[in-house]
Amino acid sequence: MSSITKPLIVTRKLERNALGLTRLDYEGEMSTLCAGCGHDAITAGIVQAFFDLALPPHRAVKLSGIGCSSKTTAYLVSQGHGLNAVHGRMPAVASGANAANRSLTYVGISGDGDSLSIGLGQLCHAIRRNVNMLYVLENNGVYGLTKGQFSASTDVGSKSKRGASNQEGPIDPVLLALSLGATFVARGFSGDKEQLVPLLMAGLQHQGFAFVDVLSPCVTFNDHEGSTKSYTFIRKSRQEAAGFVPYQAEIATQYGAGSVQPITMHDGTVLYLRKIDEDYDPTDRAGAFSYVSERQAKGEIVTGLLHIKQDGGDMHDRERTVATPLRDLSFDELCPGTAGLDRLMDEYL
Amino acid sequence: MSGNGRTERSEAPEEEPPARVNDFAFKVATANGTGSASANGLILKAIYRMGIPVSGKNVFPSNIQGLPTWYEIRVNKNGHVARTPRFDLIVAMNPSTYAQDISEVVSGGWILYDDSWPLAKSLIRQDVTYIGAPLARMCVEKFAGARERILMKNIAYAGALAALIGMDVDIMQQLLEETFARKKALLGSNHTAFTVGYDYVRENFGLLPVRLEAMEPDGEYVMMDGNTAAALGCIYAGATVAAWYPITPATSLMDNFRELCKRFRTEPDGSRRYSILQAEDELAAAGIVVGAGWMGARAFTPTSGPGLDLVSEFVGFAYYAEIPCVFFDIQRAGPSTGMPTRTQQGDLLSVAYASHGDTKHIALFPGSPEECFYLSVQAFDLAERFQTPVFVVSDLDIAMNDWRTPRLHWDESYRWDRGKVFGEEELAQLKTFSRYLDVDGDGVAARTVPGVGAEGAYFTRGSGHDRHGRYTETEEGYQEVIDRLLVKLETARRVLPAPVIEQHEGAVAGLVCLGSSDAACSEAIAALAERGHQVNKMRVRAFPFSNDVGAFLRRHAIVFVVDQNRDGQLRTLLLSEVHTDRTKVHSIRHYSGTPLSADHVLEDVLPVLEPHDARRRPPHRSTEPPLEALRIMSR
Repeated sequence: MSSITKPLIVTRKLERNALGLTRLDYEGEMSTLCAGCGHDAITAGIVQAFFDLALPPHRAVKLSGIGCSSKTTAYLVSQGHGLNAVHGRMPAVASGANAANRSLTYVGISGDGDSLSIGLGQLCHAIRRNVNMLYVLENNGVYGLTKGQFSASTDVGSKSKRGASNQEGPIDPVLLALSLGATFVARGFSGDKEQLVPLLMAGLQHQGFAFVDVLSPCVTFNDHEGSTKSYTFIRKSRQEAAGFVPYQAEIATQYGAGSVQPITMHDGTVLYLRKIDEDYDPTDRAGAFSYVSERQAKGEIVTGLLHIKQDGGDMHDRERTVATPLRDLSFDELCPGTAGLDRLMDEYL
Repeated sequence: MSGNGRTERSEAPEEEPPARVNDFAFKVATANGTGSASANGLILKAIYRMGIPVSGKNVFPSNIQGLPTWYEIRVNKNGHVARTPRFDLIVAMNPSTYAQDISEVVSGGWILYDDSWPLAKSLIRQDVTYIGAPLARMCVEKFAGARERILMKNIAYAGALAALIGMDVDIMQQLLEETFARKKALLGSNHTAFTVGYDYVRENFGLLPVRLEAMEPDGEYVMMDGNTAAALGCIYAGATVAAWYPITPATSLMDNFRELCKRFRTEPDGSRRYSILQAEDELAAAGIVVGAGWMGARAFTPTSGPGLDLVSEFVGFAYYAEIPCVFFDIQRAGPSTGMPTRTQQGDLLSVAYASHGDTKHIALFPGSPEECFYLSVQAFDLAERFQTPVFVVSDLDIAMNDWRTPRLHWDESYRWDRGKVFGEEELAQLKTFSRYLDVDGDGVAARTVPGVGAEGAYFTRGSGHDRHGRYTETEEGYQEVIDRLLVKLETARRVLPAPVIEQHEGAVAGLVCLGSSDAACSEAIAALAERGHQVNKMRVRAFPFSNDVGAFLRRHAIVFVVDQNRDGQLRTLLLSEVHTDRTKVHSIRHYSGTPLSADHVLEDVLPVLEPHDARRRPPHRSTEPPLEALRIMSR
């Protein structure tokens, strides 16, 4: 994965967050993706979410697989450790890293090839494990690095740049995650930062596997007429079901009472859910599934926070691991010593 | 010896043959899923507690219920308890395998069978003695319910056997009490069943010439299988994250680890100082282990051949990205699904060079459950010290059979070796941290673990990287790291467990083996010595091979390499990694799925050594077929 070191641009006055850090402290190396790539906007969104939540950057763990999307972990939060796993296998590495140390902030970034084809099984089982992490699927419906093949999220009839029409049915990441019992399912669009950043922030705060499918057009191979993952097509078809209100102060003035629902996150912070469709209930998994699929049948792409379940219990809750990160346990806490071995040996006489 | 009226048997020998004490083998034939495993375990343990060297080999099907299964027990006062294919006594409890079982007993041997039903005339051999005991009928009389009758018949044959070979009844009673300490109701019925079988045989037959006599053991032993010992090693090494996908014969390693964790790693409130994740496949299990190792925990996954194929992708990643992780490969008979419940050493080449590109991995080869413990602990140290995958290569025979193995001891002065890990203090003294920079010249660069601080943060990748950990496609940047990995392995090679070498006066031939082949090789060498052929032995314990391994090959005029695989994988590894004259190397291969026996070794060694030692004609000129030629098994 190539990258270029960013030139330092000095601006006069930078906004600082609760830790006294500026947005620059959350950035990474210069992106080498194509100009206008949706992924770069998502990178900026994650940087913004980290900054707004004032997360300590060195406590971030960034994991990815292989592909254009997976390159982006180098383009954000350079003070955190990063790992580019083998293709499609990031969820397993994230599970293991998280098992070893539950105290860090985990961000996994993947794409539709990485997550829905070669790594579909790994994604499914990380969802089942409810690993505490933000999992961003940068979804452009195309293989970019290998120059434009259809992916598993390409819609039937969607056309390639050379005019071929896709015949195989797509895997919808949101419906997949809902059917697997994911505890946080959202869909955003790289072209709508106002909607995306609060979704990413909520995902970072969610205790469990926060799955965010982000439609992210590929400007080089999949932004033409006939593609269902182009900027034009997504803008035209997008419907918001429910989203988060980014700033608490705006609630009272901007939205009418009743359309805003407070949700208390695991760490005690309160996020305000803004429901566009009054009947939509993101805590109802079955309802979410049918809402998304019904709209999909009408050619609409539902975005926003689609499902949240707060009492799911993450991997550590289920495994009942101790509060201290396992990797920080001392040898004496782990080795039973001579006394333990002697007692045990007596049972094998 | 006399039977009752219903016993069909051959002519009794004119004279009672002389007793053969503590030197015989027998085999119990049953159907799996009927509860015979626990009866067989009791028999093995009772003999072991009499102080007699003994081994039990479970020959079982890949099936849950109803297929034939055998348990082979060998007692040998001299300690030679490798498998033997010669059985003095068969406990034939499975009519569906009568024909095969009866054909396998040696001439002059004995067959204990259930004569609740008559034996077909076609099964009668004139050169063996039949001992019929109506075990099923007696169990029907004593017990109610089909399940209990089936279960108790197993204990009944244990009783019958005890009377035939002179098992210590008090020890057996003690074992029953220990086994059913928490299920008092079962103790009574088990005792009854044992007594029924015992009394019947004692009254109608009496002791056989092959019999047991208590011995004073020559040291402190325990009865343990290799997977239990390896799991214990993981506990003592401080492993906290374990991932796996169920696979025979590796499953019991994780089962044992879980049990040991419950016992040693559980807080009073029930919270756990460990995490065991059952993954969706071995590939994911490997990914979990790599993630945990990267994060700074000690992590492992146990698997077998089919899993080894899947983990290879991450093995290559961990090798290149330099992440500590431990893999247990409990070998079974391949290729492909092969014979999941049969033993082999068929993964040696796959392990040594797992994954694509230029790779080479540290592998340790325990030869007994005892070594499964000590080498497992060492595996974690090596993995962290050299920041690379380390394989512990065991096999089904060691892993799943109970072995009489020296009692394990713990060295209280042991402290784990975490290798070169920079924390905040070390980082503060550095101008810049370069992840893959070899400062000490040993090929090992210091690493940091996530969360340590901005100064220590870097990007771990399986793509081309330079000494700083930065992505590179430059010739120098890429090659420097790839070359350093070789330097690192060379450093490792010098500290890996040394081979175990046994020298004999005047030996010109040397025999090389590894893992579970050891016991059969020792026995073969003792048998050769009795015939006047002195042979030295080297048991290899680690790959890459130390200098001692090459020196051993070079100083012997004739070299035998023993493999439990078809293609002579250890031989291939030795010849490709060590400089020696390949024409003097003879390959001995056993790969039918049963554990190696001394017979297999002798059969191939004698034709080479006999003419050589008779003519005393040094050095030996080999008439071996080309290395590529395949050998058809003679048995």
